[in-house]
Amino acid sequence: MATTNTKDPNAAVGLEGGTVIAVTRRARLAEFWYYFSQNRGAVIGLYIFAAIVVIAVLAPLIAPHSPSVQNRGAFLLPPAWETAGSWSFILGTDAVGRDLLSRLIYGARFSLFIGVVVVSVAVSVGIIVGLVAGYFRGAIDTVIMRMMDIILAFPSLLLALVLVAILGPGLVNAMIAIALVQQPHYVRLTRAAVMGEKGREYVTAARVAGASNLRLMFKTILPNCTAPLIVQAALSFSTAILDAAALGFLGMGAQPPTPEWGTMLAEAREFILRAWWVVTFPGLAILITVLAINLMGDGLRDALDPKLKRS
Amino acid sequence: MFRFFLSRLALLIPTFIGVSIVAFSFIRLLPGDPIMLLAGERGMTEERYQQLRALYGFDQPLVMQYFTYLTDLLQGDFGTSIVTKRPVLQEFLTLFPATLELSLCAILLAIIVGVPVGIIAAVRRGSWLDQSVMGTALVGYSMPIFWWGLLLIILFSGILQWTPVSGRISLLYYFPSTTGFMLIDSLLSGQDGAFRSAVSHLVLPTVVLATIPLAVIARQTRSAMLEVLGEDYVRTARSKGLPPLRVIGLHALRNALIPVVTTIGLQVGVLLAGAILTETIFSWPGIGKWMVDSVFKRDYAVVQGGLLLIAAIIMIVNLIVDLLYGLINPRIRH
Repeated sequence: MATTNTKDPNAAVGLEGGTVIAVTRRARLAEFWYYFSQNRGAVIGLYIFAAIVVIAVLAPLIAPHSPSVQNRGAFLLPPAWETAGSWSFILGTDAVGRDLLSRLIYGARFSLFIGVVVVSVAVSVGIIVGLVAGYFRGAIDTVIMRMMDIILAFPSLLLALVLVAILGPGLVNAMIAIALVQQPHYVRLTRAAVMGEKGREYVTAARVAGASNLRLMFKTILPNCTAPLIVQAALSFSTAILDAAALGFLGMGAQPPTPEWGTMLAEAREFILRAWWVVTFPGLAILITVLAINLMGDGLRDALDPKLKRS
Repeated sequence: MFRFFLSRLALLIPTFIGVSIVAFSFIRLLPGDPIMLLAGERGMTEERYQQLRALYGFDQPLVMQYFTYLTDLLQGDFGTSIVTKRPVLQEFLTLFPATLELSLCAILLAIIVGVPVGIIAAVRRGSWLDQSVMGTALVGYSMPIFWWGLLLIILFSGILQWTPVSGRISLLYYFPSTTGFMLIDSLLSGQDGAFRSAVSHLVLPTVVLATIPLAVIARQTRSAMLEVLGEDYVRTARSKGLPPLRVIGLHALRNALIPVVTTIGLQVGVLLAGAILTETIFSWPGIGKWMVDSVFKRDYAVVQGGLLLIAAIIMIVNLIVDLLYGLINPRIRH
């Protein structure tokens, strides 16, 4: 993390030879880190999340087994610490003898991938649409906002489920569906922020100086609207992981034998009263990941929301 | 107030039309021939195909098709299930009480626990109580409820054998459905143990469905309460020497509840999305499970109708919340 370098707020001031912009950026980062690190939970969340990222990146090196190799004679083996368990399968095996730990490690890749893709798509589409609505107002704004109301009138998971029914089950389609369902939140946030900023003097000044609409939208206004969007992005990262896992659980997301956590849970359901570990660990992985991100999200909100900083 | 009501109602109309367009397009966007999808028949003759095409109105221009669809909707015709051949609305009305009962119990649990917990956390801000309560709330908020349900089944149905795994009531009991609410019906039936059985079936799904709304309500109550506790009028009430309970309960709470009511209203969508997962896990015969089953059975007429009905419910509840909000917060009316 780049922010860890700027732990000491004074470091930025003592910078030699750096331009003024670099100093203010560093100072701003330092200020951000100061407020962020005030929230102990957020820092813990950050560490856990960083660990999950490392696990996901290094999955082939860390995983003791292949996530797809079926070990004959090791079906539904309990975790190592149980009497029937074996230390070569630390968290036990599933119904076809695949190592649970290795599948969970590879599953981290899918969950992070889902989060990154869904949030990137939802954020970029949402920001553009929201900018257009908030900047131009009038009929185009009304049409856009009514469309967003329509999307928001459905329970998100139901709409995602139906969209996947149209597109066909699978991880990619599930991600598209979830991104579409999440995107109205960004549109609304961006629009509200743009409407707040548009009347400010610096925008008028830039307009008088001859800035084009595009420049005003993306260069002048947008950078001043990012705080709520960053917080929303963190929160919807975790929602994306949860929804994708839910779709996987319902059989509409990633398809077996993909080691996606929700899909693993769906496969494990029939063994629920016989083999607790195949049900417990994938869900625990989802919970820990989502919790870590939400902890970070809370910290981000505290650090970026000037209203809360006062208290 | 009446004008406020009318203006909110007027806002709903374009949304409802939009929602109906989404539902209308759904069948037409699916891969495959919509007539085959709607009729659920395979290998039909050309003559039969043309007959169905005319029956469903697919020989008409698209605008006319939508117009017919909308007219049917307004007359209460939401289509016919391909699998059961029953009207979609009738199926919906049979199953909806189960979802309503479960959702009502869940939101009640969430309010009864969430609001006091949020108040206590705010009043004791920064204490270990506040930290542990809010920590728990964040865990609840992050919970994959489909997994949470399975865990509870392992513990309470598997190991402890306290609760049944699925359904609304034990098969030992049978009585006609008068209200559709199993808790009330079982009481009315007068059969020994029927109510107990209904309760034991309801407990786990209620807890699972209540988890996320409970966490959200607790967090929202706490932050609303914190904001209000810092206000001047609360300080005035305190300095007048009013007892703390009176200040918190009367002066602070009433104002803090305004955003909380909105939050509770917003949970309807969360509840219905949660019902999809909860009902699937506990084989609860409500509309959530009905929708999932219909997607899998490719009963697209049901999916189309159900989608619209569920969106309509959410819109109506949101309208009621809006009105309530206007009622408790007069400033918003203008």
